[in-house]
Amino acid sequence: MKTPIQFRLNGEDVATFAESGTNLLDVLRESVGDLSVKGGCWQGTCGTCTVLIDGAPRVSCVTLAESCAGRSIETTAGLRRGADLHPLQTAFMENFAAQCGYCTPGMLMAAKALLDRNPSPTREEVVDAIGGNICRCTGYEPIIQAVLTAARGDDRRRA
Amino acid sequence: MLELRKDIFADERDDNLKEIGQPTARQDILGHVTGTSPFYDDHRFANLLHLKILRSPHAHARIRSIDDSAAARMPGVKRIIRAADVPVNLNTLLSLIQFGKDDEPSLASDVVRYKGEPILGIVATSERVALDALAQVRVSYDPLPAVFDVEEALKQGAVSVNATYPKNTFEYYGKYDHQKLRYGDIAAGFAQADMIVEDRYQMSPIEHAPTETNGSIAVPDTNGRLIVYTSTQALFFSLDTSAKINAMQSNQLHFIGGTVGGGFGGKVDTLTEPLVILAARLTGAPVRYRFGRHEEMQFGSPRGAERIYVKDGVMKDGRIVARQVRSYFDSGAYTRLSSYAVVKCAAHIPGPYTIPNVHADVFCVFTNRTPATAMRGFGVTALDFALECQMDKLATAVGMDPIEFRILNAYRDGDMKAHRREAKNCALIECAQVAAEKANWPLRDEFRRMSSRQGGGVARGGTTDRSRAPAPAIAAPSAPQRVSYERPAAASPPRSAPPPPPPRTTPPPPTPAGSSHGAPRFSSVFGTRRR
Repeated sequence: MKTPIQFRLNGEDVATFAESGTNLLDVLRESVGDLSVKGGCWQGTCGTCTVLIDGAPRVSCVTLAESCAGRSIETTAGLRRGADLHPLQTAFMENFAAQCGYCTPGMLMAAKALLDRNPSPTREEVVDAIGGNICRCTGYEPIIQAVLTAARGDDRRRA
Repeated sequence: MLELRKDIFADERDDNLKEIGQPTARQDILGHVTGTSPFYDDHRFANLLHLKILRSPHAHARIRSIDDSAAARMPGVKRIIRAADVPVNLNTLLSLIQFGKDDEPSLASDVVRYKGEPILGIVATSERVALDALAQVRVSYDPLPAVFDVEEALKQGAVSVNATYPKNTFEYYGKYDHQKLRYGDIAAGFAQADMIVEDRYQMSPIEHAPTETNGSIAVPDTNGRLIVYTSTQALFFSLDTSAKINAMQSNQLHFIGGTVGGGFGGKVDTLTEPLVILAARLTGAPVRYRFGRHEEMQFGSPRGAERIYVKDGVMKDGRIVARQVRSYFDSGAYTRLSSYAVVKCAAHIPGPYTIPNVHADVFCVFTNRTPATAMRGFGVTALDFALECQMDKLATAVGMDPIEFRILNAYRDGDMKAHRREAKNCALIECAQVAAEKANWPLRDEFRRMSSRQGGGVARGGTTDRSRAPAPAIAAPSAPQRVSYERPAAASPPRSAPPPPPPRTTPPPPTPAGSSHGAPRFSSVFGTRRR
């Protein structure tokens, strides 16, 4: 049976219907049409589908959509402001922090959650923040550098 | 981040390139960081159907009967696809280049040969419904004995895995059961050697584990063709394979892909496209076939396991005089690309080292394991693991530094390889020198002066020495028996029963003439300058 759900997505109100028991990942991709969220394991282990729920990083594939009613959700689709990229996006580009790009949206959201609460993280804190996100291409080092670069603000923020 | 050592072989390059050596952005990076790169599953279609596959729970079994009547009656089930529905239900991937015989069904009908082999497909209105319907299919099996070990599979009376290759070995050129390499006289080489080092190496299967699982969507187009969105690493290869299995013309299929969520070799096998195309043709609707994570990890083809025996003969002065390799590549139940991995393995023996007596046998073996596929240098990677472990053991045996030991034996320009090709454009010595430098690993002066160029032992104008502090004194693995690290010229044969000396022609130095087409001449593009 389908039930109505309402939440905020990247600052906009969204209302949709979801089959009872549907996960947030499927609702975002299939019902709302936010394809910036990717599924990797559908069992909460790889971090690819990470979104922010009220600012906290969560794996959307094992988050019940119904539990998100009234919450504020952020995804990579909402990172840029018009033509201006988020400093993390710029830093990922400049540090070669993406190869295949499939883990990148989840990686960006995990990093954003960190920088939002801790604008000057240590390397260890960056490693810990992306510890739940698997990347099979880069070997992580460029990603860590990108997050540190974004935190230092030496990416010549355009916003 | 990227350091190009342009000081090395500087005289062989016209350093006039605009892009190489310069950092450049990926053309797809903006899409990646904004979440807008079009992966295959980022395309949306109304009334999309979903294909899921029933897989064998047995490693080897005869199928007695399949009862899918209960599944067929379930609401939401649109179509059941059986082996008889597949137009050409036997294929081998490399048949596209006339290499090997068709040996693998898309859906097994009589015998399953590995755990996870596809048996039947269900097309339904959702993945959930398809999975529920699969659970209602009843298959009756007669389990058969299975073989999981490459050497067991080659024994007399072993279980026969693959009906196309009943002896459990791939057939090369229609008659050979393995790849051979023979160079020099291996028995004489071992007889001549001061020491023999022999060992066995085993590489496990490795799953690529891409974050995006294998999958594809087939959509009937308005002109009778099908548009296929796919995660494949090999778009046209997959297109032709799909056309063959579906008995279609290639121009009836329009493949869209290229944005791949990690492949590493695990997305070249055309695992989903043929059946999703068939499903779309049978239902007239768009159909998606997406691997779940469990399917990807358990049944997506891995890097093949390899078992490698290496026996080396080495002289006290550090020269390797004989290398014998016997290697078994575990192809799993079907060929896929393992036949090619074996060719690569044989071509890589004896590694990048000049050894006068080489003897190798490499087998592509069928077992009741998941079929193996490409993965990052497959056929070569495991061999290098074995050979480089072996190099360390040899260095220890003769009391030499392991890097100096490699430099001593490395290919140099003009050396004759075991495959009877002259070594050209060698660079291992320089790589070893730079690696040692980066690791603050002291090399003795004579090794720092060695070069990959013809002759090799003479310092090359201090190119690799430049800006380096004097070498610290070696707290050395001293080898009292060592006389010299200079290798005898290849023309002076080793003592007993030498292999025919390689021709040592010294061509005149090429004239750096202007190119006929007027473009700037560059050695890497217009051929080798170093001989």
